[in-house]
Amino acid sequence: MADDKDVLRDVWFGRIPTCFTLNQDEVTEREAEPYYLLLPRVSYLTLVTDKVKKHFLKLMKTEDVEEMWFEYEGTPLKWHYPIGVLFDLHASNTVLPWTITVHFKNFPDLDLLHCPSNSVIEAHFMSSIKEADALKHKSQVINDMQKKDHKQLWMGLQNDKFDQFWAINRKLMEYSTEEGGFRYIPFRIYQTMSDRPFIQKQFRPVSPEGNAHTLSDLLKEMYPAAIPNEGEQKRYQVVIHGIEPLLETPLQWLSEHLSHPDNFLHICIIPVPSD
Amino acid sequence: MPVSLLWAVDVYGRVYSLSTAGQHWEQCHIAQTEFKRLTAAQQCCWGIACDNNIYLNLHASDLPVRYQEETYENQRWNPVDGFSEHLLPSDRWQWSDVTGLQHQPLGSFQLPSVWWEWEGNWYVDENFEGEPTEKGGWTYAMDFPATYTKDKKWNSCVRRRRWLRYRRYQAMDTWAKSSLPDPFSDISCGGWEISEEPRGQLSLWAVSLQGKVWFREGICHHNPEGSAWEEVPLPGEVVQISCGPGDLVWAVLWEGQLIVREGISRHCPRGISWAVVDSPSPEVGAIHVAVGVDVVWAVTKDNKVWFRRGVNSHNPCGSGWINMVGEMIMVNVGLNDQVWGISCQDRAVYFRQGVTSSELSGKTWKVISVPRDGDRSHSRTSSDSQQSAGCFFSGEVRAQSAVSDVESDAEGGTADGASCLLTSAPASFVEAPIVCTSDQPTDAPKPRIPKVTSDSFISELISDREPAKSSRDAGSAAPVVLEEETVPREGEFKAPCAGPALSPNQWSNVGLEEAQSQQVQPGGAPDSADTCSLSSVAAYTLAMDDLYGVDEHPVWAWVSGGGCSVDSHSQLTWFNSLIQSVQSMSLSVTPAQTAAWRRQIFEQLSERTKREMDNFRHYEQAIEQSVWVKKGTMQWWRDWKPHKWVDVHFALEQFSGPDGNKDGILFIYYNFYEEKKYLHAFINEVTILVPVLNDSKHTFAIYTPERTKQRWPIRVAAATELEMHDWLALLSMSCCDSRGIQGPPSKQAIWSITCKGDIFVSEPSPHLEALPYPTPCDQMFWRQVGGHLRIVECSSIGIVWGIGYDYTAWVYTGGYGGGFFQGMASSTDLIYTQTDVKSVYIYENQRWNPVTGYTSRGLPTDRYMWSDASGLHERTKTSTKAFSPQWTWVSEWAIDYSVSGGTDREGWQYAADFPASYHGYKTMKDFVRRRRWARKCKLTTTGPWQELPPIPLSDVTILPCADQNSVDMVPLWAISNKGDVLCRLGVTALTPGGSSWLHVGTDQPFKSISIGAASQVWAIAKDGSAFYRGSVSPKSPAGDFWSHIPSPAKQKLKQVSVGRTSVYTVDENGNLWYRQGVTPSYPQGSSWEHISNNVRKVSVGPLDQVWIIADKVQGSHSLSCGTVCHRLGVQPMEPKGQSWDYGIGGGWDHITVRGNSMEPPRICLPSLIEPSFSWSPLPVRTTEANGSAVGC
Repeated sequence: MADDKDVLRDVWFGRIPTCFTLNQDEVTEREAEPYYLLLPRVSYLTLVTDKVKKHFLKLMKTEDVEEMWFEYEGTPLKWHYPIGVLFDLHASNTVLPWTITVHFKNFPDLDLLHCPSNSVIEAHFMSSIKEADALKHKSQVINDMQKKDHKQLWMGLQNDKFDQFWAINRKLMEYSTEEGGFRYIPFRIYQTMSDRPFIQKQFRPVSPEGNAHTLSDLLKEMYPAAIPNEGEQKRYQVVIHGIEPLLETPLQWLSEHLSHPDNFLHICIIPVPSD
Repeated sequence: MPVSLLWAVDVYGRVYSLSTAGQHWEQCHIAQTEFKRLTAAQQCCWGIACDNNIYLNLHASDLPVRYQEETYENQRWNPVDGFSEHLLPSDRWQWSDVTGLQHQPLGSFQLPSVWWEWEGNWYVDENFEGEPTEKGGWTYAMDFPATYTKDKKWNSCVRRRRWLRYRRYQAMDTWAKSSLPDPFSDISCGGWEISEEPRGQLSLWAVSLQGKVWFREGICHHNPEGSAWEEVPLPGEVVQISCGPGDLVWAVLWEGQLIVREGISRHCPRGISWAVVDSPSPEVGAIHVAVGVDVVWAVTKDNKVWFRRGVNSHNPCGSGWINMVGEMIMVNVGLNDQVWGISCQDRAVYFRQGVTSSELSGKTWKVISVPRDGDRSHSRTSSDSQQSAGCFFSGEVRAQSAVSDVESDAEGGTADGASCLLTSAPASFVEAPIVCTSDQPTDAPKPRIPKVTSDSFISELISDREPAKSSRDAGSAAPVVLEEETVPREGEFKAPCAGPALSPNQWSNVGLEEAQSQQVQPGGAPDSADTCSLSSVAAYTLAMDDLYGVDEHPVWAWVSGGGCSVDSHSQLTWFNSLIQSVQSMSLSVTPAQTAAWRRQIFEQLSERTKREMDNFRHYEQAIEQSVWVKKGTMQWWRDWKPHKWVDVHFALEQFSGPDGNKDGILFIYYNFYEEKKYLHAFINEVTILVPVLNDSKHTFAIYTPERTKQRWPIRVAAATELEMHDWLALLSMSCCDSRGIQGPPSKQAIWSITCKGDIFVSEPSPHLEALPYPTPCDQMFWRQVGGHLRIVECSSIGIVWGIGYDYTAWVYTGGYGGGFFQGMASSTDLIYTQTDVKSVYIYENQRWNPVTGYTSRGLPTDRYMWSDASGLHERTKTSTKAFSPQWTWVSEWAIDYSVSGGTDREGWQYAADFPASYHGYKTMKDFVRRRRWARKCKLTTTGPWQELPPIPLSDVTILPCADQNSVDMVPLWAISNKGDVLCRLGVTALTPGGSSWLHVGTDQPFKSISIGAASQVWAIAKDGSAFYRGSVSPKSPAGDFWSHIPSPAKQKLKQVSVGRTSVYTVDENGNLWYRQGVTPSYPQGSSWEHISNNVRKVSVGPLDQVWIIADKVQGSHSLSCGTVCHRLGVQPMEPKGQSWDYGIGGGWDHITVRGNSMEPPRICLPSLIEPSFSWSPLPVRTTEANGSAVGC
């Protein structure tokens, strides 16, 4: 019987095969070959694309190069969303590899945050973890950690060190049995069809009556349309890490096992493909 | 923690028990009568019923209580008849005891009580000192009394033989009445920790209605009832007594002082004398006392609770009282000095929270709020039954209160429980006059007819005390009390009368009788209304329905925790329903491995892997695996002489290997004459990491195959225990990663245990048993599994059992990690708390001199007067520490009488000089003596082990090669710590713990057992002889007879292991023996063949592979004791093998290879093809020998 630990491993080592192509408009010395890479689902685009950048910069003049950004079928990809979320949201149910267009010009300031260095990603990542722990434990766990523990979380993600990361992260996943779960579940619900970036509210893992909340309970409150009414065709897929968990899955378990390294449970709601 | 029971009695005399794992009180339906008080031990519960008789409820166990009666038949030779029963007039009786002094014909043996039955008839013991005798069991001698031999010689004039018969105690799980010298009013058992005897020895103290104290002699495992009541002289008259698990016994006198028994020891469990301790409060006397191992709690008549400071074995009286919060009518101290009480407010049972060995007084009282069984679902019936119970009591109160009390008086104090129960507080206005009259007819001795109210022993005391002090007083005082809440001087009267009648919180319990009596005798109600305060009467009537309908809460009279094993770590589910619901929720979340949503996630994740990754493996990884370094400072045991600890820098560099596997290198940087140097070890070459915790350093040893050959590991020491565990966990994970090992051990795994109790497991390579070139066993990789054990045994279908140093049986849960393996290196669930208890020993040495006899002044050349076993190191009581900081002391130093060679009454062993062999008696030639002191310490850790109570085991064996079918029963045999042979029923791959024990009778205690293929069960008796169990089969799992197999000449066997066909034993001198000539038709074999010496233990596996723990293995750098060795060259035609291959060690104590049924891949070397039959899959010898064994 598979252990819950295996879920953590599967989540961490999830990879998306990606083909990076250079935008047609970029000026190159010769034609740019596409670049193929396995991207970690739980990481961030700008953190893992040094190779891509190097590959394309070889063909370009330095004066033609501005900040690199990515686009998929016309949508600029927000680097501060985990890669897996970007994929599930925009490209699930498409043919692999995922083809991403690389730009070095015309940075879409309105859509994207600038990412001048890895320290920006680190700051973003750490602030997410802190926010999540504020929801889960009133920040008690993260504040009790030492600076080096924080560093270890980041280094674990940056260097794809599962053990190194989880040696610390497991403390963030602890809760007292008496409470039966976290204070609030840190989650974000993403949808393609909305102007709002995502839904994030306070939601407890256990109902006042002492029953465990499920994914269904969460969606009923946050995004009722995602749950098909009786006799109705399913209109939306609820995707976490590329899979569709059953709606009766306990939310606390999901939060412990299917959260991203930033400790948030990122849930994508996408329309059922019409084919 | 095994499940154990808290016992309690409610005011109606009904007995309930509450399990430590339970959430409701369960009524003891087998109680035929109402009980007043209980005193519990782990194996039994004693109670005083309303008829003032004592009942014993011995909890059923798979181990029968059985006693061996023996007698000797003596005969003398004469020329006419040969040997005959015609003895000389000066001879002993024809039937006698072993000494010949006691006449003991077969017919003279009687069953001790009606609760016993004979197991069979008398039969002759054929076994003599481990050897089978010739037919008839006769042993011969020249004359009585003399040394007997089994051989008849020319000068053998007399002979004798031993007859045996067993009787069995059969009153398990029922309340068995015992006969009493006097009606009893209080009872307390304890004393099971005084001696090292196997559990079962108890001290039972009782108080008679007349205030006398009685001690029950001779209670032990095979005599649960005890043999006789002995009266203990007293300085006064006692009302209540309490006996702790150790040597504390306190009692309360009528006058309110307490007395303490002094001089209780192993040889004198009754103690010698009493010392008096004043009541905690000068004005108010004590009425109740409860003692534990090192604590005394008392309750005074004003219901205040007191804790006695400074109590221990050496000072049983303690030093002073501390007033505790809370008002109780009684308190009880159970195991681990945990405390329960019954509150005088609501008569609920309270548990004292936070009692630890360092804070014996605990923190707060917490109410145990669990329903009684049937409270909710059967509220109707339960209230019915209460009504009837109430009617029973109250009916009698009204109808015959006057009569019955007088009658019972006349009967000389055999007060009937029912009538006692009746004279409860509301009726006390009746009580006083009756008592007055009843007091007069009988004058001496003062009658102590207990007016036991059903709900309170306090009223019993008081109502009994009233006549004792002054009957006139009582007569007048009682009505006063009813009117006036505060009676200044007569505090003692207040409790029974004023308390229940006036306190609004207390009338409920009394109310029942009041209410009932109204029903039964409507005429009685106005009476009581007149005498009681009006308000409370109004309350009675109004509240009646509520009280006994829905909201009725249990009203307790007595609680006993003597059998209830909880401690400060226990997770109790007794307290409030909120926690219960949360726990039940989390339970439904975590272990629900089979839940659809969980399966869905597992399946989808693996689909996702297939979809998104499987076709793209050739893609480059986005993140290059970099080197990750962990550094620290340590001390290192220098490799060269002079060996010493030197400071070093310690670093682990981890990186991904070319094939994606993680790997690493360990560096130790040191200075050599100012020059920086380093030593390194490749993580993929490390074979084991062994923690070597001792009291001075946190060290561990790192072995590689090379280091194993040298018998010289890399030894490093961390600054703190935590740091050591961090490193061990990290290194261990790194080693496992580099070898691609994760998750739980396989079913084939080889398990071993070090002398420190650490558990290691190794995955056998398929080539481990290959011929002719097996994997060298110094290359085996061992990883640690949490827990602490002395013995571990496994089978090839994944059933693993362990036995701790404290003989506790543990069953492997299928998890991994635990102990210091946290987080990712440990399985999520399947890890439980594990405890073990082990003794630390020191020796007190003395030398004789002509002037002062034995003194602690030795010769200058002598060893330390307090030393370790070798005498080389000084070990005093104060300086000796527990094994490591993880171990905590759980007892004081005590003399150890269980030393081999025997001791005298004070534990001394004598010898001519140090060091020598010691004997347990003094002779003229002895000039030195020593005795061993033991102190227990306890380890609490975690591991993938679940306790299997209740029978403590000393050995266990599992059929090594069972069918893979998960529903088939797997034969499992064990030996209890008392030497009983047991066969476990219901063991399957799915239920590795099995269901129950089947006791297999033997004529003497056993110490080792092993089951091999084809149901061959071999065992070793305590006397060193071997036994083969006949007719064992799946149909008859316990077999039906023992056949005695003589041990090798002049050797006492110690351990046995049986594989497919091979039977190996080890004797006490370290010789390894192979049993020759074992065939299916003659499975007992013919003779023993010597294989090797310096062997400590042997494990024979399902392939007949032989592994041992050997002593004195010479490595290139040092000699090691306790080394794992593998027999090479074992083949079907050559089961004895040729030579030894040396593996990990020393310091190993145990190994089991009985799970490894992996047939090695057959290598077809041309030279080996010739004798093809020996390589056939079904080796010829095996098929011939044991047809059914081949299946394994």
